Amino acid sequence: MSKPSDFEAGSYVGGDRVPGAPEERTLAQEVRGYLLGLGLATLLTIASFWADHTREIYASGIAMALLVLTVAQIGIHLIFFLHITTDPDNENNILALAFGVLIVCLIVFGSLWVMIHLNNNLMPMDKLMQMQR
Amino acid sequence: MSTPALRLAHDPALGPAGIAPGQVTGRGAGGPAPKRIIVGYGFWIFLLSDVIMFSAFFAAYAVLFKSTDGGPSAHELFDLRNTAAQTAVLLASTFTCGMASLAVGHRSQKWTQIALLVTGLLGLIFILLEVREFSGFIARGAGPSRSAFLSSFFTLVGCHGIHVSVALLWLGTQMAQFYAMGFREDIRHRFLCFSLFWHALDIVWVAIFNLVYLVGSLPPELLP
Repeated sequence: MSKPSDFEAGSYVGGDRVPGAPEERTLAQEVRGYLLGLGLATLLTIASFWADHTREIYASGIAMALLVLTVAQIGIHLIFFLHITTDPDNENNILALAFGVLIVCLIVFGSLWVMIHLNNNLMPMDKLMQMQR
Repeated sequence: MSTPALRLAHDPALGPAGIAPGQVTGRGAGGPAPKRIIVGYGFWIFLLSDVIMFSAFFAAYAVLFKSTDGGPSAHELFDLRNTAAQTAVLLASTFTCGMASLAVGHRSQKWTQIALLVTGLLGLIFILLEVREFSGFIARGAGPSRSAFLSSFFTLVGCHGIHVSVALLWLGTQMAQFYAMGFREDIRHRFLCFSLFWHALDIVWVAIFNLVYLVGSLPPELLP
């Protein structure tokens, strides 16, 4: 049982460890890593629910605070659960992730931007209906 | 050989054979990357494409959020206690899935099965909570056909629920395969993909509970 794991998404360990990769970790250290991730994710979740209820944050900023907390918690999950690290074995994963984030941002913010401008530039629906009568 | 700076770790052409030392930077003299790394990378690409699909549903939801057509709005509909329970259950299951990865790494059949069973039960509770919430909405006349807002809501959250359901089937298969065939390499690779899938689903849920449920439950005057 004390044999270091050679199975891990982020490949900390194993006989083919490349130079520069982190040291091999024991089971206790790996469990501690997951516990730390769980603790941080729980804290950020509680912070999100708190931000939703509190009136101590500047009111118009609450939605933005929730967006920031989302990004932070996704980062925690990526590091502690999916083991996206700076390990050389992970370089391809990080490049793919960067490209994925780019596409996601283009889709979400692009759609919002286009649709808001469409809304602003179109005649309101009730006026349009009146003209058609 | 013409692009030694590229780390094409799995490209056989860049292996040590026939290439002078010092010319290839990739993995140095280490040869091609181990299969585990390549399998993980391939599945990671799939996960990112899945996330891109979700981002399109998120975009549709964000655009249609206020198009309630006189029907119930998010603020009137959402029950945050249910969301909090779902979030806690899924976060716990992501942790037990991590424990299952460690158990597999240490070849412990008992702990692998226990951790996967707990993960599966937590996932099942998550699905039941979601089904209960959805049927409650539909019973109140807030089904997916009520308004554009509700259509996009059911599509986005339901798509995540379907992913979790499929993952539960996968989890059961995985438990049976570990039990019947032991910790064979190909089955461990399959499990690596499963654990990545499960963790990625929790990441999508983080975005859903924050941006759909918590932002949606804000009173209208606080919305951007």
